[in-house]
Amino acid sequence: MCWSVPGKILEIKENIATVEISGLKKDVGLDIIDDPKVGEYVVVHAGYAIQKVDEESANFTIDFFNGKHNNA
Amino acid sequence: MLKFIDEYRDKGLCADIVEKIKAISKKRLKIMEVCGGHTMAIHKNGIHKLIGDNIKLISGPGCPVCVTSVEDIDMVLALSRIEGLVICTFGDLFNVPGTGSLTLDKQRAEGADIRIVYSVRDVITLAKEEREKKFVFISIGFETTAPTAAAAIIQADQDGLDNFYILSLNKTMPRALKAILEDSRTDIDGLICPGHVSTIAGTDMYNFIVDKLRIPCCVTGFEPSDILTSIYILTELAEKNQAKLVNAYKRAVKAQGNEKALSIMEKVFKPSDVQWRGLGNIPDSGLALKDEYSRFDVLNTFKIDRPTSISEKDCICGDILRGAKVPSDCKLFRNICTPSNPRGACMVSSEGSCAAAHRYGD
Amino acid sequence: MSKITLAHGSGGTLTQELIESVFFKHLGNKFLSKNDDSAILPGEAANIAFTTDSFVIKPLFFPGGDIGKLSICGTVNDLAVNGATPKYLSCGFILEEGLDIEDLRKIVESMASWAKIAGVDIVCGDTKVVEKNSVDSIFINTSGIGVLRDGINLSVDNISVGDKIIVTGNLGDHGIAVLSKRKGFEFESESISDCAPLNHMLKVLTDNIKEVKFMRDATRGGVATTLNEIVKHKDFGIMIEEERVPVLDSVRSACELLGLDPLYIANEGKALVIIDKEYEAKALEILRSNEYGSNAASIGEITQDNQDMVCLKTPLGATRVLGMLSADPIPRIC
Repeated sequence: MCWSVPGKILEIKENIATVEISGLKKDVGLDIIDDPKVGEYVVVHAGYAIQKVDEESANFTIDFFNGKHNNA
Repeated sequence: MLKFIDEYRDKGLCADIVEKIKAISKKRLKIMEVCGGHTMAIHKNGIHKLIGDNIKLISGPGCPVCVTSVEDIDMVLALSRIEGLVICTFGDLFNVPGTGSLTLDKQRAEGADIRIVYSVRDVITLAKEEREKKFVFISIGFETTAPTAAAAIIQADQDGLDNFYILSLNKTMPRALKAILEDSRTDIDGLICPGHVSTIAGTDMYNFIVDKLRIPCCVTGFEPSDILTSIYILTELAEKNQAKLVNAYKRAVKAQGNEKALSIMEKVFKPSDVQWRGLGNIPDSGLALKDEYSRFDVLNTFKIDRPTSISEKDCICGDILRGAKVPSDCKLFRNICTPSNPRGACMVSSEGSCAAAHRYGD
Repeated sequence: MSKITLAHGSGGTLTQELIESVFFKHLGNKFLSKNDDSAILPGEAANIAFTTDSFVIKPLFFPGGDIGKLSICGTVNDLAVNGATPKYLSCGFILEEGLDIEDLRKIVESMASWAKIAGVDIVCGDTKVVEKNSVDSIFINTSGIGVLRDGINLSVDNISVGDKIIVTGNLGDHGIAVLSKRKGFEFESESISDCAPLNHMLKVLTDNIKEVKFMRDATRGGVATTLNEIVKHKDFGIMIEEERVPVLDSVRSACELLGLDPLYIANEGKALVIIDKEYEAKALEILRSNEYGSNAASIGEITQDNQDMVCLKTPLGATRVLGMLSADPIPRIC
């Protein structure tokens, strides 16, 4: 369910962003996220950005096994 | 190199986590995942074969295609027979059978105008380009996808589109999770929580599972190291008889979810009672259009004759979706129920447990 | 006149004008210029390979090719993987009323140029025009004749346990290139169709290595489908290692976006080569020295176990079945 892929915002025109996923470019809707910025990574699902990627949390797994995990 | 994907597929990292899981795994445990994406990822990578014999992974009802009722599929097929109405659907639904094994694929061969789309945005584009036709978007999906349908309706409203409709078959997870997990036939030691449903809806909906049912929960992503990490976390908690909620997918999930998406959903949709294939009626688990947007509901404009819907005898999808039985327990599995001729929920979608078991050879 | 009309298919003056100004102008050779009902071909003292294929692709023009190029390379490759040197092609066109003649010209020019590269002559042809909406723009059929080379005996019966499986390059390029232009899925992609004539490369391979057991081109349904066809009802199995399968990032990213698997995506310029393991390294060297084989890779082998099945070893080390497709791979959200 919820097949999604992370991509980088290259350009924003009104409520549409051109997102890049390793060379592939696709226009996606920005209607359901707040304050998107060029250069940020977003999770793309069914033609829309559904959340920004929190890059600071990108290393959860490595941090967890290094004993630095936090519970939700 | 695909950023935020390949790092989580690292062989060495995954092998390490597998060893750690095996090192702590002493009890026989059943861990359920309730997301078709997780089912797929587990089978595609063979994760269930790597984690040792003590831990059994079972698939719950997290595939929105699988849980779409025969009645709803029959409704879609009936709409496809209306002259001048174009059916726009995700590819997932194209080969799903209704009564009498009828599918959208077969209807297209009979002359129905059916278009496969990647996004509801494509339907808006089509509706603007082909003004003489009417377009209905078959809206399936859980909380991940529902906000996109809501956003499209708001846009159609603003643009004054009069040839765009939706059929909302969207469902929400919380009540279904309750129905399954509070059923006495369900017996699990840990829950891998959906990833992108949580991205939208946040993680509060899992609190009752931890607090009341004392089952540990872990929200996780879809890459192999994500899933293995969640299996480790749940195993560690279950071994110690601890019930906690852990968010292991913080790069895409905040505890409060995506508040903008939720408010858009709330603006357009209201809860409704709907049928889940294999699970029956679950109150307040569907999404219907609110009155101010009811003109976009295709059933308000087009009347259809629905045939009596017939479900397959001997189908045990309900038990499989609850985790009480496995595909090989079903007498139809691989016999007459196959991916090219699916008879029940769990085989219809490429992500259902029976489809995954069949495809990946389990 | 800029569009094809029913009159172009009537057999009269307009038909003749079309044949002269489009087909003969670009495809002309000593066989076609005779304008006989049949082409008379010189005899050969060898077995003849004969194949046919029809081409209905949409869109007609895509990154890296067009329906014309496809119609030449597809048929040439069908002959080449059987160890035949392709020599003569026929081409039949069914044209939709209203087709742009300029589009037809571009397609025929493309066919002429790729026939020349492949070293084949188009020796006979036919054109029909049908009413609007009876076909989608243009359908092309090409049939091909090739001459089996001395000493060649490629057959699935030659395959034995331990043989290695080589793909001649990156997988999924064609399918993704076409999908990127298809209405409803448009995305900007670096993917270019791999459509190419493989006959020269495969001739060098079989000239230098007699121990090539079997070859097949991996088109619709991808490599996974072709492997399943090979192994069906046989007393051997196939094991592929996922990590060794070459796929470009541009194809991977499209597959990630749309929920597709590169192993099931169409190719139009890739062959599967099954070869005695002693000659694996030499085969790779020969293939990689050719422009159409520069990313050739050995991806698996024929096994004693798992008869009649194709299995895949995942990067994590688990094994799963790589089954047959039940329907066209369709992009999904789930």
